[in-house]
Amino acid sequence: MRDNMGDQSHGSPQGAGAVAKAQAGSVDTIQDPGLPPHRPRLTDTEPRAAKRAERQVGILFAISMIGTILFLVGYFAVGHPESIAETRLQNMLLGLGTAFAMLGIGVGIVHWARTLMPDHEIAESRHEVRTEEDRRDAEEIIDTVLEESGIKRRPLIRNTLIGAIALAPLPALFILRDLDLTKASAGEIVERLRHTAWDEGVRLTRDPVGTPIKASDVQIGSAFHVIPEGLNELEDPLNEKAKAVVLLMRLNPEDLNISPEREDWHYDGIVAYSKICTHVGCPVALYEQHTHHLLCPCHQSTFDLTEECKVIFGPAAHPLPQLPITVDDEGYLVARSDFHEPVGPGYWERG
Amino acid sequence: MKALSQKRRHPLAAVALLLMGLLVTGGLYAAASSVNEAQAASAYSASDVEEGNKLFLANCATCHGLNAEGTDSGPSLIGVGAASVDFQVGTGRMPMQMQGPQAQAKPVQFDEEQTRQLAAYVASLAPGPAVPEAEWLDASLGNSAEGGEIFRVNCAMCHNAVGAGGALTRGKFAPSLGGVSEKHIYEAMATGPQNMPVFNDSNITPEDKRDVITFLKEVEANGSPGGAQLGSLGPVSEGLFVWTAGLGIIIAFTIWLTSRPS
Amino acid sequence: MSTPSHQYRPATRTGRIADFVDQRVGASGMVKEFGRKIFPDHWSFMFGEVALYTFVILLISGTFLTLFFDPSMAHTTYTGSYDPLKGVGMSVAYHTALDLSFDIRGGLFMRQLHHWSALLFVAAVSVHMLRVFFTGAFRKPRELNWVVGGVLLVLAMAAGFTGYSLPDDLLSGNGLRIIDGIIKAIPVVGTYVSAFMFGGEFPGTAIVGRLYMLHIMLIPALILLMVAVHLFMVVVHKHTQWAGPGRTEDNVVGFPVGPVYAAKAGGFFFIVYGVVGLISGFFTINPIWNYGPYDPSPVSAGTQPDWYIGWADGALRLMPGMLGDFSFDWIIPFPWGDNTLAMGVLVPALVLVGLLGAMFAWPWVERWVTKDDREHHLLDRPRNAPFRTGVGVAGVVFYCVLWAAASSDLIATHFHVALNDVTYWLRTLFFLGPILGFIVARRIALALQRKDREIVLHGREAGIIEMSPEGAFSERHEQIDDYKLYKLTSFESYEVLPPQADRAGHVSRSEKLRGKVSKFFFEDRVAPVTRAELEEARSHHGHHAVAAGSHEELGQ
Repeated sequence: MRDNMGDQSHGSPQGAGAVAKAQAGSVDTIQDPGLPPHRPRLTDTEPRAAKRAERQVGILFAISMIGTILFLVGYFAVGHPESIAETRLQNMLLGLGTAFAMLGIGVGIVHWARTLMPDHEIAESRHEVRTEEDRRDAEEIIDTVLEESGIKRRPLIRNTLIGAIALAPLPALFILRDLDLTKASAGEIVERLRHTAWDEGVRLTRDPVGTPIKASDVQIGSAFHVIPEGLNELEDPLNEKAKAVVLLMRLNPEDLNISPEREDWHYDGIVAYSKICTHVGCPVALYEQHTHHLLCPCHQSTFDLTEECKVIFGPAAHPLPQLPITVDDEGYLVARSDFHEPVGPGYWERG
Repeated sequence: MKALSQKRRHPLAAVALLLMGLLVTGGLYAAASSVNEAQAASAYSASDVEEGNKLFLANCATCHGLNAEGTDSGPSLIGVGAASVDFQVGTGRMPMQMQGPQAQAKPVQFDEEQTRQLAAYVASLAPGPAVPEAEWLDASLGNSAEGGEIFRVNCAMCHNAVGAGGALTRGKFAPSLGGVSEKHIYEAMATGPQNMPVFNDSNITPEDKRDVITFLKEVEANGSPGGAQLGSLGPVSEGLFVWTAGLGIIIAFTIWLTSRPS
Repeated sequence: MSTPSHQYRPATRTGRIADFVDQRVGASGMVKEFGRKIFPDHWSFMFGEVALYTFVILLISGTFLTLFFDPSMAHTTYTGSYDPLKGVGMSVAYHTALDLSFDIRGGLFMRQLHHWSALLFVAAVSVHMLRVFFTGAFRKPRELNWVVGGVLLVLAMAAGFTGYSLPDDLLSGNGLRIIDGIIKAIPVVGTYVSAFMFGGEFPGTAIVGRLYMLHIMLIPALILLMVAVHLFMVVVHKHTQWAGPGRTEDNVVGFPVGPVYAAKAGGFFFIVYGVVGLISGFFTINPIWNYGPYDPSPVSAGTQPDWYIGWADGALRLMPGMLGDFSFDWIIPFPWGDNTLAMGVLVPALVLVGLLGAMFAWPWVERWVTKDDREHHLLDRPRNAPFRTGVGVAGVVFYCVLWAAASSDLIATHFHVALNDVTYWLRTLFFLGPILGFIVARRIALALQRKDREIVLHGREAGIIEMSPEGAFSERHEQIDDYKLYKLTSFESYEVLPPQADRAGHVSRSEKLRGKVSKFFFEDRVAPVTRAELEEARSHHGHHAVAAGSHEELGQ
């Protein structure tokens, strides 16, 4: 496209010259005819039209008053709403009242300005932001100030001052260290991301009620949203839940492609995977029972359950961690251990 | 149990509720070991099954096989239960018009009697989830707050927080739940149609399913207190609205404001 | 004060009050400066006002909301009047936000007024910036004010996002979770920044209170400060104006502040308030009662940010995390162990920073390419700066692709297409869209310029068909008047400026690059009609003969 346009000469007739040429004053440009003559409005020539416009403005202001009253009626006559329908009615009346009250004033004033105020355009000349002279004076003053302070001649003072000023803000930075209210050390901050409330023998329970799940409860095609037993009694359940939520599904064991080291991580086709997306942490909660895909509703990362939750689409860059599970003596599903890798999105120390 | 006890009005009511709750939980655990047994299968007569079989051969066997054992173009229906038939046929999803990412709801092709006969035939093949009893479908008996919690954990990620629907992978989608009958909502949970997971009675109990129905029906009946809902689609429709209607009105005013009357 | 020459005796009551005030605070200077200051009148100049006014509405409605909202994340049980949440455990913040919606009269209206004006605020800022960009109003001496405007855009987005996160409902909580994921992806410090921000692990119990402080104090204060600087500079520079008869680089033509402009602009505040009020009365926004309290386990389909963060969400959605078996989580071996670079998150973040950076830098880019150091107070019609219009449209297309990507799931369900296909298409458009946008927009601008030339040289098509004595049909063309003529010809058109040698006769590499960019931008150009061309065209009476001066712009 570029090439066949290249030889086309759209250049101006007088040939290429300095680009920064002023249009004004050039002999070959078309003359500025000046401001067009003023056309009077109907309200300028017809006193009756002006009178009518005046009435209209008055009516608009009166509408505004009615709007304010409407607002108050909506507030007091509806009172404290007792149903959704009443809340909706009140909200509408308040909106309508505000709209009339405000539009009445606004449209009225603008109508007044458009029809009754003078409409002669006025030209005002522009000036330079500051003259060159001013700039020169300012430069001189600053030079004098610097000279009199002696800062250029006394490097010891200058350098120590720079050092002091550079150091002074450091407390403002370090005093923010306790923004992390847990008093955790740097190592602990990193380390706690690796651990969840899961451990050997912790029962898998239903989210949010916390009742344990038997292996026989889970039929092929079903999906359970799972939290570790005792989560709701913990000190900060939400923090633990944000790492520990798990999705439990049952597949035909033949459908699962299991790597050798994970042979005993499932129980008869029942598998448990972290529900926290490895992209930026949304709950990956959409399970398609026939395609065996898990989909994150936030950014559409898709994980293949049959391939140990490998990423098959979307922005996630590593598989969902699997929770090794088995059953206890009573037939309830329990974890064999914590997750073997940190759950959730990638971070610098994840490794 | 939490919400039951919170609804107390009278000290005795709390005790009664607690007892009731314990009974229900106990009963559930008994029922849970046998997942979704078809207890209502006996309600169908032999002639229902026979009529159903005829309808099946004429309308369904091409895809699902002569004995409902399934073919390459349709899954086996053995053990899917009467609820599954009632849902799929009752919402017009079956018979399917054409192969696609998923069967879509369309005008129903069989009348109630025929649907019942088809269900009777499929239920006779093997036990499966039955068409729910009326008591589990009465939205006035459920608790919408409990239903809302269950819905948000188990359903909202596909169907949206108030059931407006959402996208799944490769052309599949979770449909909007607006206007879907109580029975079909229940049956969908119990049978897991298409790619929807199954929520059997040990996962979401019949009471819980009724709570979900109550929540959905209440939210639908209430409408939004704030006015038009813009499809309940969240910030996208709000943003679209502000850029079209909002800015549109404002621009119209600016043009009027800076124009010159004649 | 014993001033011997106290000559001025106010004659009216207004005069007496003014005299009292002026002798104490010296307000007469301000009245003299502003009272009859001239503002040009054009609808496209009003978006800055819309932004300012919606900001005032935000301050008014926001103040009301602070009276009832409690940003505490302490756990409580809902006791308000919304039935589907009765007895549900939640944070105090969500509880009070629900109370505002259901138990405080007018609270719902104020919430909706606040949120709708917030959406309109950022939209108005954006449209205002687009207007400034496409008309070249950012050129000298206004470059720094463009930067202040850009800072205001970023602050507006920050204000919006911090507000979005306050109700502590499921939607905002999942939004914060995404922010946490993005912060954790920052190399080296991400993990600690996240811990400091959330007061420990996500979600913690600190974040809403901290965002509240930012939302109601720090960010509004910064916005106010920047607005003050912005308006101060507008006063110093005076407003730009469209080119046209009587309007030059040395004057500004329009209406005086008192009374016309003050009335129009003042009345417009009430109009904007009324429009937002009307919308708030009839359209739900952010129905927090639908989403339920925040809990890390549930999520709703269609979880999206407000529109102004949409482009960031879209960038996150478009980036593939894996290409085949290649993962964008780069594991980098160091002597002390492996570290992870989450490129799947960092690349989109860099794209966003890049687009914002390009926006801030554009005035200097254009100045560098054109070597134009003059002041510009006359605006360009977008068609008369085809290269800039092309670049602007490319930027808008780029933004819109990201924006559309943020609603890929809704596009899929509403247009019955596969979600995956939507993403593949948008990934393609991410690269091709801006290029196509540039080419098409520039072609259209050039075509419109040629049409303008045609109108200037041959007049306007009158819609009257005439038959010549020979039997040929043609349409009569009418000459346009002198004012219109001047309007269509008084623009300047940059030309290719080849690389220039410096004093030593050396052409530096950056100068060569500049020459290439200049060629790329200005190779195709349509020059304004000159007086000679016009006279020549008018001396030819017939329409069939193509005027000599116009052969070059017909595009053969």
